Amino acid sequence: METETKKIEALKGGEFLTKDSDPQSVFIPEDISEEQKLMADAAREFVEKEILPKLDAIDHQEPGLTVSLMEKAGELGLLGAAVPAEYGGLGEDFNTNTFLSMEIGASHSFGVSFAAHTGIGTLPILYYGTAEQKQKYLPKLASGEMKAAYCLTEPTSGSDALSAKTTAKLSDDGKYYILNGQKMWITNGGFADILITFAQVDGDKFTCFVIDTKSEGFTRGKEEDKMGIKGSSTRALFLDNVKVPKENILGEIGKGHYIAFNVLNVGRFKLCAMTTGGAKKFISIAVNYANERKQFGKTIASFGAIKYKLAEQAIRVFVSESATLRTSGLIKDKVSELLAKGSNYSQAVITAAEEYGIESAMLKVFGSEMLDYVVDEAVQIFGGYGYSEEYPAARAYRDSRINRIFEGTNEINRLLTVDMLVKRSMKGRLDLMGPAMAIQKELMSVPSFGDKPTGLLALELEAIRNAKKAILMIAGSAVQKFMMKLGDEQEIIMNVTDMLIEVFTSESAILRTQKLSSRKNEEEILPYLEMTQVYVSDSLERINLYGKHAIASFTEGDELKMLMLGLKRYVKFDPVNTTKLRRDIAGRLIEANKYCF
Amino acid sequence: MKVAVCVSHVPDTATKVKIGQDEKHIDPAGVVFIINPYDEFAVEEALKTKEKFGGEVVAISVGNDNSKETLRKALAMGVDKGILLKTDKSLDSVGIAKALAEELKNQQFDIVFMGKQSVDYDDSIVGQLTSEFLGYSCISNAVYLNIEGQKVIAEREIEGGKEVVESELPVVITTQKGLNEPRYASLKGIMASKKKEILEKPIVETTNHTEVVKMRKPAAKQPGRIIGTDVSAVPELVKLLHEEAKVI
Ligand SMILES: Cc1cc2nc3c(=O)[nH]c(=O)nc-3n(C[C@H](O)[C@H](O)[C@H](O)COP(=O)(O)OP(=O)(O)OC[C@H]3O[C@@H](n4cnc5c(N)ncnc54)[C@H](O)[C@@H]3O)c2cc1C
Repeated sequence: METETKKIEALKGGEFLTKDSDPQSVFIPEDISEEQKLMADAAREFVEKEILPKLDAIDHQEPGLTVSLMEKAGELGLLGAAVPAEYGGLGEDFNTNTFLSMEIGASHSFGVSFAAHTGIGTLPILYYGTAEQKQKYLPKLASGEMKAAYCLTEPTSGSDALSAKTTAKLSDDGKYYILNGQKMWITNGGFADILITFAQVDGDKFTCFVIDTKSEGFTRGKEEDKMGIKGSSTRALFLDNVKVPKENILGEIGKGHYIAFNVLNVGRFKLCAMTTGGAKKFISIAVNYANERKQFGKTIASFGAIKYKLAEQAIRVFVSESATLRTSGLIKDKVSELLAKGSNYSQAVITAAEEYGIESAMLKVFGSEMLDYVVDEAVQIFGGYGYSEEYPAARAYRDSRINRIFEGTNEINRLLTVDMLVKRSMKGRLDLMGPAMAIQKELMSVPSFGDKPTGLLALELEAIRNAKKAILMIAGSAVQKFMMKLGDEQEIIMNVTDMLIEVFTSESAILRTQKLSSRKNEEEILPYLEMTQVYVSDSLERINLYGKHAIASFTEGDELKMLMLGLKRYVKFDPVNTTKLRRDIAGRLIEANKYCF
Repeated sequence: MKVAVCVSHVPDTATKVKIGQDEKHIDPAGVVFIINPYDEFAVEEALKTKEKFGGEVVAISVGNDNSKETLRKALAMGVDKGILLKTDKSLDSVGIAKALAEELKNQQFDIVFMGKQSVDYDDSIVGQLTSEFLGYSCISNAVYLNIEGQKVIAEREIEGGKEVVESELPVVITTQKGLNEPRYASLKGIMASKKKEILEKPIVETTNHTEVVKMRKPAAKQPGRIIGTDVSAVPELVKLLHEEAKVI
């Protein structure tokens, strides 16, 4: 007999909504190679020995400290990990860089300076620079000799970034552009040597420039007095007739928005990797304290209310890590595929990051909100000591908050998620119509009460598959109703994105656990299984709530009834004893005295 | 200069160690292993010595396959070559020293560095034993080192102070905290280490001179006791320290 082996194609961006994934094809944290592990260990050692003991000094912005630490990171190769070897970097692949970002994520303010330099500061040149521009800047950026900042935001243009007012005018001799304007909130603004800056040429041609901060007419404002990440330099920057040589234009005139947005695709993904790594550390700190602190003659870790928090913190981090590495693997594979097809490195990374822009936007939202949950409950576990700056929870709490604001606010990223999906569907890049029609048909038919699927997490997977149908049903109806005006219905869009995030993250946790199950015995897989079970069960409840909000907002009468019936059918799931599962999960954390999954 | 550095693969001091079912070994499940921290000073000093005099640094470890991880770490820090003297048996210090000496003897090293102790069994004698088996001189607990020609000048940490000693090559030196600041394995070093070789060799048959009969965890710490909060508590405190704790 002939056996048919069907190779499952890698998921395209956004396709998670309509297609299944093969667990074996998914990249999971446990797939880390020996070399990647050594590199991650080196990054962790750097954070633990160089950064953590100096957090106070960094937060007080001790002169020169962050700069010297950046240089030290450069010496170790951390700044150039993503830069190709021909430009003085290490040319490590996307996954290795994800592991490194996770480690740096635990370094508070320093992580922000680091990310601004290596991400939005370096990548525009790496992706869009000419050979000369790359040769001029990348080796120095990779070594840390030169520090970079990224200047998009202005006083009157934040989320609406393209409305920037900074102008660039060609000089009479045609040799340089003269820039005038003000940039706001610029990370590394206090010490950057070069600025990736956006300005309008001839009034409306949004264009990217590399500015040398030694240029005449450039001045720095004073340090902002911030709520958190106090150790990162954030300043307004002023451009007063700054002359920028023509050869410092990055990319093409009028095409600056490609640079701005494509770099943010990577930035958002990385932000999630960093929040995930940071969150692990803060869970360890919280468990540690809960194991030490005694009240009523017992450690507070022995109280169910505290166990709930510890377990929920770990579950969200576990899920975040699963979704992050899954996406990282997809991007990495796409890069490899494009390189094999003859694409150059820069083009391959830009295209791959754009392909998974939807996932990256969702991850940015999920990671930042996950971290906020973790640090908020860390403060709570510390009680009064959580409110004191002498203990680590307060700093973690303040520093986390920025993640929901920069790299596109979470509102903007939620809007973008649906916007990208709809656009791709309209362009025929993504088939949402077919599956949406199939669901309409299915809804007309009687539900089958066939055999339940069996196997590890098979019921959960089936439930998430159904939840995807609920999303398509609701989003499909909303699109039909509002057509081009859907953009005005932001509340529905928020609901839809929240549902999308739930299914993407749930599925990522399921796939990771399933893949792991082929390597671990029953006892070893249990922690992962239990975390996935709790998350999926809760996730379905949340999907139900978001779905209900959406449906009730734009339907009534029979249509409302029909959609509600559909929703009920698609999010049906038997009750799970999440209390017991959470106690088990917390028990493992308490025993290990740290995040241990 | 031919420099050897002996490294051991030990449980991270931050992990909670459990005793295995046989009560003679620790249960390795869930335990994170690292390069012995004192050996990091040895690796650093070996690399510095090579940087000064040229030559080659070889890292040697006695242990099972897992010890390769620690050898890799040494290679990533800059060591040129690794040798795993492979055994699945747990050896005591004499066994380990014999295995090391047998290997070292063949290669005629000028200097052999190793940590002053391994933080797993804390025997603190492998360096001294190895030097004896090799017929090398030995400087233990080094916190300062200067090599000129054949002469080695070192400072040793001793109770309450330091001792300056002089010796001649070849020598075994055991390293103590304070000798240097171990470098990080840079990402470049890690990449380069991929191409470096780890040679596996069986160890010479050795017999242990001691046998582990049983492992026990220390008794749980007694909770503290507050006997007062001001000067009036001092007499009672002195009495308890003398009679109960017997420390004064
Ligand atoms: C510490 C820090 C560091 C930063 N670093 C940099 C940097 O290095 N480079 C750089 O260029 N920028 C940087 N920024 C700027 C940051 O990216 C912006 O603050 C952010 O994009 C939001 O812009 P805004 O502050 O003007 O808020 P606004 O755009 O005014 O938004 C205010 C609120 O309205 C919401 N909102 C806005 N538009 C919409 C909409 N269409 N629909 C629904 N809701 C909407 C937002 O979500 C937000 O809740 C930094 C900011 C901070 C605080």
